[in-house]
Amino acid sequence: MNDMDATQTERPILRAPAPSRVDHLLIAEMVAPSARVLDVGCGDGELLQLLVDTKAVDGRGVEIARERVNACVARGLSVIQGDADRDLADYPDDAFDYAILSLTIQATRNPRTVLQHLLRIGRRAIVSFPNFGHWEVRTKLMLTGRMPRTSNLPDRWYETPNAHLCTIKDFADLVKAIDARVERTVVFNWSGSQLSPRSPLGLQNLFGEKAVFLMRRPEPGR
Amino acid sequence: MAASVETTIARSAQMQPLATSHLFEASEPLLLDCGQSLSPYAIAYQTYGTLNAAKSNAILICHALTGDQHVANVHPITGKNGWWETLVGPGKPIDTTRFFVICSNILGGCLGSTGPASINPATGKAWGLDFPVITIGDMVDAQVRLIDHLGIAQLFSVVGGSMGGMQVLEWAARHKERVLTAIPIATAAWHSSQNIAFHEVGRQAVMADPDWAKGAYLAAGVVPRRGLAVARMAAHITYLSEKALQQKFGRNLQDRAKRSFSFNADFQVESYLRHQGSSFVDRFDANSYLYITRAMDYFDLAAEHGDVLANAFRGTTTRFCVVSFTSDWLYPTAESKEIVQALNAVAANVSFVEIDSDKGHDAFLLDEPEMFDCVRGFINAAAAKIGIGKQAKA
Repeated sequence: MNDMDATQTERPILRAPAPSRVDHLLIAEMVAPSARVLDVGCGDGELLQLLVDTKAVDGRGVEIARERVNACVARGLSVIQGDADRDLADYPDDAFDYAILSLTIQATRNPRTVLQHLLRIGRRAIVSFPNFGHWEVRTKLMLTGRMPRTSNLPDRWYETPNAHLCTIKDFADLVKAIDARVERTVVFNWSGSQLSPRSPLGLQNLFGEKAVFLMRRPEPGR
Repeated sequence: MAASVETTIARSAQMQPLATSHLFEASEPLLLDCGQSLSPYAIAYQTYGTLNAAKSNAILICHALTGDQHVANVHPITGKNGWWETLVGPGKPIDTTRFFVICSNILGGCLGSTGPASINPATGKAWGLDFPVITIGDMVDAQVRLIDHLGIAQLFSVVGGSMGGMQVLEWAARHKERVLTAIPIATAAWHSSQNIAFHEVGRQAVMADPDWAKGAYLAAGVVPRRGLAVARMAAHITYLSEKALQQKFGRNLQDRAKRSFSFNADFQVESYLRHQGSSFVDRFDANSYLYITRAMDYFDLAAEHGDVLANAFRGTTTRFCVVSFTSDWLYPTAESKEIVQALNAVAANVSFVEIDSDKGHDAFLLDEPEMFDCVRGFINAAAAKIGIGKQAKA
């Protein structure tokens, strides 16, 4: 509620993030203050809490795991138990300023449909994902002949929730295929540093561990 | 509903306002959904805590089918704890040291509020079947008059389980601007065919009892004990789960080593149900049971809004926390999800939790720490946003 947001009290600003979630800090930087935000696959609510604390957003979350949902609600976040593949269709167009999918798209059944819903529900969509084109992944597959396991992709092939892994180039192709407009792309290397946005796509795809895309749908008639 | 609500009343039939409850006697008639107008009518209620100067800390608790207003105090008659003392009280998730908590006996009830056992001023006798058929919406309208009477413009929260949850949804739909937060628990936006069926079994059991006397048992000086007890026994099964029954009773025999080859209560579960039935009769009016179950059957929030549930919530600014239980087959999680879907369709602010419990529908009244944590977290977050003081450390 707007009147509630206005009175959002100051809380300590950024805690030192786990280096693995530098994407959270970047997303928090991308989001405008007091925006309406939907975090799909919000997990234990870490990003949502960060957005509430630092940007006073009107934040909602969707999470598939019941225990995590309950933990989020117990800490005061507005979160529902739901499934990105099934439940995004319920939301009306433009319900949110930002629809966020943080390290979740690779675990959905229909990434294309999910991304289209994000762009429909949110005026902007922010998607982060692990880059399967990273050199470590490539070399492990080539040298060992087995599905690569890295700090970014730690699970064995038969245990991982990931169903649709992609590279940065692959994701860029999907964005083009559904005619979304990319406003900003940020790629992180293994240490959590951002790669230069001016470096060629091929290099980003080789050295990036994670990527964050800020997108919106094309305006009608363009 | 509530099995474990043996908390409640220990009286039969004739229901006078209890000395311990406040009584709101309405000066204006209440226009009912059936088209009739009810006057006079009264609503018995309890309050806990203190209303703050801004009148911003009021929470309305809505009780279920066989509950009453004694949500958080030792019952004046049974001597048992309030029916939701696990959730409501000092330091509890609904903290009466911070909030002003109101709980009223529903319209049609039998513990002080006007119902079929009350005196019909036109005849000087109990209303009986002349009492108009009421709806969940009518119950809420009567509560609205009470809240007006208390001078409260906006409720911080409306909270209830089962039929109480239906009232919560009706409040949120009819009075959007007066409900800051809403917590419907173990409930649904409409009564399913199966639930109507169970209620019909209960009503037929009551009406099949010759002592029901076509609804005029009070004048005849009798009580349809057997019929109402059977109704309660059947209903009670629906409040539990197969697993809970099996764990609690199994096939254990009651006070005997062998089967008796008779129709006595050989099994513990039979003995338990018989006790539930007979003790219920001591505290509940049979006609109230008919009227209230009917109101639940008639409840269909979508039908009230062009068959589109989302329309009931369009334009809402209320924050919702919807709660269901995994083993509740009377109001299953899927029905809570329908509410959540409708709220999402209007981009409402909603939390939804499903609590893992094997206790069936009754879980909402029992010790369910995960539910308490969720309700506490939801309420504290909303309270912080409007500057209601922090909870004292328990």
